[in-house]
Amino acid sequence: MAVGLEHFLILSAVLFAIGLYGVLAKRNAVVILMSIEIMLTAVNITMVAFSRYSHVISGQVFVIFIMVVAAAEAAVGLALIIAIYRSRKTVDAEKFDLMKW
Amino acid sequence: MDLYLLSPEISLLALALVVILLDLFIGRKWILGWVSIIGLIVPVIFTLSLWGRNETSFGGALAVDHFSLFFHLFFLGVAALVLLSSTEFARKFAAFRAEYYALILLAATGMMLLASTRELISIFVALELTGISLYVLTGFLKDPKSSEAGLKYLLLGAVASAVFLYGMALVFGLTGTTYLEGIAAAISAEGLLGSPALLMGIVLLVAGFGFKIAAVPFQMWVPDVYEGAPTPITAYLSVASKAAGFAVILRVFYEALGPASLDWGMIFAVLAAITMTVGNIVAIAQKNIKRMLGYSSIAMAGYLMIGLAAVTTEASSALIFFLACYALTNLGAFIAIIAISNKINSDEISDYSGMVRRAPLYALALALCLISLTGIPPTAGFMAKIYIFSAGVNAELLWLVIIAVINSVISAYYYLRVVRVMFLGEPLSKEGVHASSGLRVALSISCLGVLLLGIYPWMLLKFAETAASIFLP
Repeated sequence: MAVGLEHFLILSAVLFAIGLYGVLAKRNAVVILMSIEIMLTAVNITMVAFSRYSHVISGQVFVIFIMVVAAAEAAVGLALIIAIYRSRKTVDAEKFDLMKW
Repeated sequence: MDLYLLSPEISLLALALVVILLDLFIGRKWILGWVSIIGLIVPVIFTLSLWGRNETSFGGALAVDHFSLFFHLFFLGVAALVLLSSTEFARKFAAFRAEYYALILLAATGMMLLASTRELISIFVALELTGISLYVLTGFLKDPKSSEAGLKYLLLGAVASAVFLYGMALVFGLTGTTYLEGIAAAISAEGLLGSPALLMGIVLLVAGFGFKIAAVPFQMWVPDVYEGAPTPITAYLSVASKAAGFAVILRVFYEALGPASLDWGMIFAVLAAITMTVGNIVAIAQKNIKRMLGYSSIAMAGYLMIGLAAVTTEASSALIFFLACYALTNLGAFIAIIAISNKINSDEISDYSGMVRRAPLYALALALCLISLTGIPPTAGFMAKIYIFSAGVNAELLWLVIIAVINSVISAYYYLRVVRVMFLGEPLSKEGVHASSGLRVALSISCLGVLLLGIYPWMLLKFAETAASIFLP
């Protein structure tokens, strides 16, 4: 059986759903951040697959931009988590309740 | 490739870097705030020198036209007012003032790019430049509330951009290009209109942009972030970030999905009705004034979306006009709140009791802005609502306009309640309120603007019409 575009698209859709589930269901802020990374990876797989099968290079360029921006976002996210941990001694998203969620 | 077309963005970026570098050499840090405010003149001059041009550059990725130049001036003006109102507030984080000013300028750079770019990768990068700067600014106070707001904003913002990217991936995959022009051509050439994958992509794009403009059901971050963020940043978020969202929506949907107009007008009409109703009804119950204005800004996103739902040039120009009026009004309200809360250290509406006897000018300014938000003449808010509602009626969206009018009546209750508390309540103490000169200048500019646009809106309206004219088919 040859691996075609559909296989990549299904893989990325499943990964995206797993990431979204993690964001909605997990309580640890670091795990939520990791789930977001899974969602972005799913997007990257879609982009590269489309790019490979339609022979348009800009999809792969897009992926590089996504990876760079995701790294910046993760850095800011971890910094904010540390700032919260210093004052609250927890990274549990359910306990971030100073303001009504 | 003509770098001169990019000069406003480049000079603003350079200004941000200059502010950070100056911080290393200068002892008197208060200078930094004024450097960033006065330095804004440079990008303004570059923008004005480009006025009237209608060109694209970087292979069609960057457009310099009336629309993008109008938004350049808009974001520079908003950034100037936010910086002016921050000069006193910035004492709370004395050691990090330079970063604070620089991040405001960087966010403005991102928003200016958002209004002028016509290519998906650049849109994404500009969106994230704005977003990441604003996440940091939201958590800038480092107290528990501010960090919590920053983290919530970041997590939800990152999810929204992942969803948005998935939509972009689908659109790219179907059309094989990241240029808006190419996407429009591919859609009409290959008859993709009915394609479920394209529809899915559009829905995901709407979700991503909906987060930026705070439309229901992507509004959950708004109240918390608005309450926790430093007040000047709340003002910045509610005005500039929302306007950038609308600018990029107009650009993407008119230029890339123009041929598919019927598909998305209805999505926005339904979202508009839900958004304004939810925003207004929840705002009634709020006790914190920043939180209340947060819900009010959700309701405003609902009114603004009438301009997207009615897919006409008249509606887009009404939307742009509404954005400018709303910007002045909301900035005025937030600046008055900064002045008052610097003194009383509270954002609770009950603590504003009798404020007219303690700080008559600030209370009057806040009352004027709240009246304008309600939409009572002779203020900018009234004119803005007239134009956007009539654009809606002309586009046969009478049901939506009726819902919007009912919502305006509901909103009068919670806006005027604050006015009543300030004017009829007993003052809690006799102490007056004194604000810095920067705050006073910013407040007078926005209040004069609100009155001027309420009485003589024609000039700005003409600008808005020229800006929207680039979307003529």
